[in-house]
Amino acid sequence: MSVQKWSFIIVGITFALYIYVAIRSRAKTTSEFYVAGKGVHPIINGMATAADWMSAASFLSMAGLIAFLGYQGAQYLLGWTGGYVLLALLLAPYLRKFGKFTVPDFIGDRYYSQTARVVAVICALFVSFTYVVGQMKGVGVAFSRFLEIPFVWGIVIGVGIVFFYAVLGGMKGITYTQVAQYCVLIFAYLVPAIFISVLMVGNPIPQIGLGGMLDDGTYLLTKLDQLCVDLGFNEYTTSHKGKLDLFFITAALMLGTAGLPHVIVRFFTVPKVADARKSAGWALLFIAILYTTAPAIAVFSRVNLIETVNDKPYEELPDWFSNWESTGLLKYEDLNGDGKVQYYNDQNAAFVETAKAKGWNGNELVVDPDIMVLANPEIAGLPNWVIALVVAGALAAALSTAAGLLLVISTSISHDLLKKWLMPNISEKNELRAARISIAVAVIVAGYFGINPPGFVAEVVAWAFGLAAATFFPAILMGIFGKRMNMEGAIAGMSVGLIFTGIYIVYFKYWGGTPDQYFFGISPEGIGTLGMLLNFAVALVVSRFTPPPPENVVKMIEFIRRPGET
Amino acid sequence: MSNPPKNIYWRTNLRYLGILLSIWFFVSYGCGILFADYLNQFRIGGFKLGFWFAQQGAIYVFVVLIFVYVYMMNKLDAKYAADHKKAGEE
Repeated sequence: MSVQKWSFIIVGITFALYIYVAIRSRAKTTSEFYVAGKGVHPIINGMATAADWMSAASFLSMAGLIAFLGYQGAQYLLGWTGGYVLLALLLAPYLRKFGKFTVPDFIGDRYYSQTARVVAVICALFVSFTYVVGQMKGVGVAFSRFLEIPFVWGIVIGVGIVFFYAVLGGMKGITYTQVAQYCVLIFAYLVPAIFISVLMVGNPIPQIGLGGMLDDGTYLLTKLDQLCVDLGFNEYTTSHKGKLDLFFITAALMLGTAGLPHVIVRFFTVPKVADARKSAGWALLFIAILYTTAPAIAVFSRVNLIETVNDKPYEELPDWFSNWESTGLLKYEDLNGDGKVQYYNDQNAAFVETAKAKGWNGNELVVDPDIMVLANPEIAGLPNWVIALVVAGALAAALSTAAGLLLVISTSISHDLLKKWLMPNISEKNELRAARISIAVAVIVAGYFGINPPGFVAEVVAWAFGLAAATFFPAILMGIFGKRMNMEGAIAGMSVGLIFTGIYIVYFKYWGGTPDQYFFGISPEGIGTLGMLLNFAVALVVSRFTPPPPENVVKMIEFIRRPGET
Repeated sequence: MSNPPKNIYWRTNLRYLGILLSIWFFVSYGCGILFADYLNQFRIGGFKLGFWFAQQGAIYVFVVLIFVYVYMMNKLDAKYAADHKKAGEE
C-alpha cells in the first residue's frame, strides 16, 4: 500500500479517536472549562502536559536542527527539559496552592494591581498567539506533503478538529485528547528510531544505540565525527563556538519554559498541591522519552544522509530524494557537472584546497533541517506504514499544543479581561459562553494566520521564550519567594524586562542588526536571560524604596507556602 | 511569627531547593556546557562524557531530581502534619 493510503488510514483513525474522547468529556462549568474541574490525576496530567509542551517544532524540527548543529544542539535538549525542574521546585506547587485559574490571576492578586494583571494578559496573549500560528503551519505542511491535500485545506481540517474538541470540552476535553495525542506522538517517534537503531547498531534502545558500535567495529559517534571532518564540517560531538552564548540560550529556553502560561496552567488542573509536584515529574519523564531519542535520530539521520547521497551519482539515488526535491526542501545543483552529489562545507577556508583536489566545485546539496524527521524513515528504507505513523504523530504534536495555547487565549479573554476587569458581574453561564466564543474566534484567527503567516511568526522561539523568561518567570518567582516584593517593584521589573528583551529582538531580527553588535556575543534567542536578570535587579531596587505589600497579600504568601490544602 | 513548625518547614524546603538546584545547575550548565570540553577526554562506551551530559545525562538527572523532591516534600509534609497535630493536642 502507498504511503498516502496508509497516511489516510492512520490519520483517520487517530482523528476519530480524538473526536470520540472529546465527546466523552464535555465541560459544563467554568471550572471544568478552565482547569478541568481540578480533578486530573497527576500521571494523566503529566501525559497531557507532555503533549501540550511538545509542539510541531519538537516533533518535526528539533532532531533535524540537532543533526546539523551537533553538540551545540544541547541548547534545545537542555533548554526545553531543564525548565521543568524549575517548574516543579519553584513554581507549580505554589501556583496550585494559590488555586485560581490563570497566570494573570496570580500576578494581579499577588501584586494587588489591575495594571499588572492587564500587562500579564497582554504578554500571555502575544506569546500564545505567535506560538499557535506556528502549530497551524505545521499542520498544513504535514497534510500537504503526505496526504496531498492542498496546504489551505490541511489547515482547515486541522482547525475543524481543534474547534470541535476545544470549544466543546475546554480544558477537560483538551486534557483527555492530549493524553491520546501523547500516546500517538510518542509511539510514532519511537517506532522509526527503534527500527533504525536496530538496523545500524543492533540495539533496540536508541538512547543506548547512539553510543553503540557499527558492524565495522567503530563507534557510531566516532564515525560521524570522521565523516564530518572529511567533508570539512566541524567535529559533531565537540563545541566550536563560545560557551557564553550557548549558556544564555539554554538559560533563556529553560526560564521561558517555566514561565509559559500554557504549561503553567496545566498544573492548576490537579487535585492537590503534592500532585502538582508529582505531575511535573511525570511530565518531564514523558518529555524526556522523546528528548533523549531526538539526539539519536539526529545522528542516525545525518550518517544515513551522508552515506546515501554523498559522492553518489544523482541518477542512482532512491525515490525519496526526488520526492523531497519537488517540495523545495531539498535542493541539488550539479556545480562541477560530474553527475554526482557532493555534500560538504564550502564555507570552511581550510578545506578549500582539499575540495579542489577532489574536483569539487562548491556544495551541491542544501537540506532543510525540517525534513530530517519526516524523511528519516524513507532514507532508512522503512516500510510505508512507519512513514504514515510519523505523519499522524506530527499532527498529534501540532494539534495538542495548538489546543493548549488556544485555551490560554480564550481564558485570558473571558476570565482575565471580562470577568476580572471589564464585566465583573458576568454570570457563570455567560462567562462560559464567552470562553467558548473566544476560543472559537481564536481558532479561526489562528487558522487564517497559519495560511497567511505574518512575518514575526518565524521567530517564535526568540519571542515566546525571551518574553516569558524576562517577564513571567521573575514576577512569579519573586511573588512566591520574596515577601517584601511589592506592586511597584514587580511592575517596574516586568516593564524593564519586556522593553529590553523586546527591543533587542526587534533590533536584531527586523531592523537589520548584525551579529557583531550583540551584547557580549549574546544572540536574540538568549537575551531573555539578561532581560530576566535586569528584571530581578530593577524589581529589588524599586521595592526597597516603595511601601511594602498590604497585610492581606502577606497573608496570601504565607498561605501558599504552607503545606496542605488549608 | 509565633509558629515555629511552619518556619522550620519553610526553611527545610529552602534547603532542599538549594541542594537540588545546585545539582541541576552542575549537571546541565557545568558538565553539559562549561566543563564539557574537559569531560570529553573521558568516555562511556561510544560517548564522549561531556557530549553525553549535554545531550543525554543531564536530562536523566533532571527527571530524578524532581522525583527526589517529590519524595522529600511528601515526607516533610507528613512530618509537618504530625507536628501540627501534636502541637494542637498539647
